[in-house]
Amino acid sequence: MFIPGTVFNVISRSVSTSTVCNQIIKLTRLRVVDNSEIGKAAMMEGKPPRCIHVYNKTGVGYIGDRVLVAIKGEKKKGILVGLKQRQNPKVPRFDSNNIVLIDDSGTPLGTRIHVPIPHILRTIMRRNTHSKGADYTKLLAIATKFV
Amino acid sequence: MTMVSRLWCRKARQNLAFAKVLGKEPKTFSTLVQLKTDEATDNNNDSQAQTNDELIKSPSLGNYRLVYPEFLPDPNPLYRNSIREKLERMDMLNRRSVLSIPEFYVGSILAVTYSDPHAVGKINKFVGICILREGCGLRSSFLLRNVVNGEGVEVRYDLYDPAIQNIDCLRLEKRLDDELLYLRDAPLEYSTFPFDMEIEAKISESVPVNDIKIPLNPLPWSQRWERLNLKGVKEIVVNERRQKKAAALAKPWEKYDLMKTYRETIPEEEQNEIFSDVYTKLNELEIQKNILKRKYMLQRQNSSKTRTS
Repeated sequence: MFIPGTVFNVISRSVSTSTVCNQIIKLTRLRVVDNSEIGKAAMMEGKPPRCIHVYNKTGVGYIGDRVLVAIKGEKKKGILVGLKQRQNPKVPRFDSNNIVLIDDSGTPLGTRIHVPIPHILRTIMRRNTHSKGADYTKLLAIATKFV
Repeated sequence: MTMVSRLWCRKARQNLAFAKVLGKEPKTFSTLVQLKTDEATDNNNDSQAQTNDELIKSPSLGNYRLVYPEFLPDPNPLYRNSIREKLERMDMLNRRSVLSIPEFYVGSILAVTYSDPHAVGKINKFVGICILREGCGLRSSFLLRNVVNGEGVEVRYDLYDPAIQNIDCLRLEKRLDDELLYLRDAPLEYSTFPFDMEIEAKISESVPVNDIKIPLNPLPWSQRWERLNLKGVKEIVVNERRQKKAAALAKPWEKYDLMKTYRETIPEEEQNEIFSDVYTKLNELEIQKNILKRKYMLQRQNSSKTRTS
């Protein structure tokens, strides 16, 4: 004798049900929006990556911040390129928290980003890039659309 | 003292400006606009006290609270300050005399062109459906939503932002609700609008209401929509527990709460006072806007004719 509620509970056990957090902190689920192998595989599997560290002093990630994510049992770095949170006037707010995976030198792992990227990210990425450090502006080159 | 002198100067200037318009006497006005100006001239000749009385009676002031909601101050008495409100109104009129801000409502489709220091050509354009209008005075803002490359994007703009170069109302219509935030939890096709949309040629007396009913995605949602008594949404399916909770939290008696209404709205007498203050200037701007609109429509008709022939 099955009660529908019980059936639903049993099914939902196999699904990760932590909701998308409106603030990017540790253990927030994110969405990979580039076409890198590992990112695509993780999103297809229904196990989106989790933020395990935000590289700033506050621990709360905002647009353009660098995060460390746990994706398919690996640690990768990513850049936040679109947030669900309320933004300043004229800065777009997106329906999901998007990241683009990068490696340590700032080169993106994928070759294309399939969602729009906010224009303000150009300025932020240029500001974060230092001549001898990582070059984050490479990410802008693989974007398809800016809003 | 300076305040009083400043206001005096402004009054005088307003009268002068009005006289200028009368001198030109453009002939392309529609009958309705012509009537309005006639009324205004009559009022102007009479004494100040009488002007206010007649303006209150005139039908055109009735819909000003809907067309220009940002001219009404925040009803919360903690935030009221008559001098600041007056100064803000003057600033708003000054801005409106430079940039033509069209009449729009929640549910209308807008195109905003603004200078963006981060964009390539320093100019950016966004098209979307207005899902929220909030704030009053110079702080009033609106929220546009669209779907770009399969991703929902929302941009908030301040209505009196000096960086805005142009605002076009591509489709003027209303929806059944006061805010359309539920579009975030609806299928994407209901908030998708092409970026190359043209202004729809329709000059009608009243604003059409689009009574489309939108289905929501299955749970989870960003808000508990079943509690908000929405009219523009197809029947909301939630489990029994949430239904019970919504029924328990419903406040159907609130619409009879006169005190609450009084606290949350600006009384009619005060509205009339405010709008009779800005009526002349707004009317003048409206006339200019109508002329420009007609010109644009004519140009477009001509160009389409030449294209077909």
